[in-house]
Amino acid sequence: MSELASESVSTVEVLQPHTFRVTRADLVRYAGASGDFNPIHWSERTATAVGLPGVIAHGMFTMALVGRAVTAWAGAPDAVVEFGVRFARPVPVPDTDEGTEVVVTGTVKEITAEGHTRLSLTATCNGDKVLSLAQALIRKR
Amino acid sequence: MSLDQSFVGRSWPATEPYLVGREKIREFARAIGATDAEYLDPEAARAAGYADVVAPPTFPIVFTMAASRQIISDPELGLDYTRVVHGDQRFAYTRPVVAGDALVCVNSVEEITSRGGHEFITTRTEVSTEGGDPVVTVWSKLVQRGVEGAA
Repeated sequence: MSELASESVSTVEVLQPHTFRVTRADLVRYAGASGDFNPIHWSERTATAVGLPGVIAHGMFTMALVGRAVTAWAGAPDAVVEFGVRFARPVPVPDTDEGTEVVVTGTVKEITAEGHTRLSLTATCNGDKVLSLAQALIRKR
Repeated sequence: MSLDQSFVGRSWPATEPYLVGREKIREFARAIGATDAEYLDPEAARAAGYADVVAPPTFPIVFTMAASRQIISDPELGLDYTRVVHGDQRFAYTRPVVAGDALVCVNSVEEITSRGGHEFITTRTEVSTEGGDPVVTVWSKLVQRGVEGAA
């Protein structure tokens, strides 16, 4: 990620790192709001029984955090034309006040023939990339 | 158990309309920490050109996940949901979802594959108004992990 800080990359071409704190309370709130009550997102017993390190964040919660960073960069939610991710690794959320952190960054990958901007996005937790092939297409302003 | 390949290419009848509520959008926005006024305040949303509060980009998962139970809960498919993890997710927007929308979902199965003991199913959901105006297309790839539980 050090290249994002490079002087040669102007601020309009990069999505500045956004750090999101994620706690168990956030997962409970997201479960209710989204209707995804899979117990691996709130029950340590269930999560470990299926081979996970513990309770993990909903993939769609992580994607929503990336979406916040994308819409902030784009300037408006209706500027987002396409948005896609691959969930590469789970985001374990310990039962502590601090929880964990997800860091979202991005760079401009290309300007399409239509003038849209394609962003290449990353999300990391504890230094591991938790998404791959994460991209958004932003409408020409 | 392998997933039933005959599901590939099948489409399902449109779901009952999902009524997008202002309070549901607010609840979802707050749950993801989105505090911009156009998600929460109808006046601010109208000033920004929306008919009512606008939904964050991943909001459609609220009703497309429910709609896809048409497919994934069908015992004929053979999906063991206790071994399912979310693989990929993609949205292609015609326009954003706003409060007051009544949206129907038409589900289909695009692909079923198998690799390394894992099974993969990609569903596609065309979300439109009751009048047939397209709103967003949503693809979800689910992974049924192998019994040995790699990954």
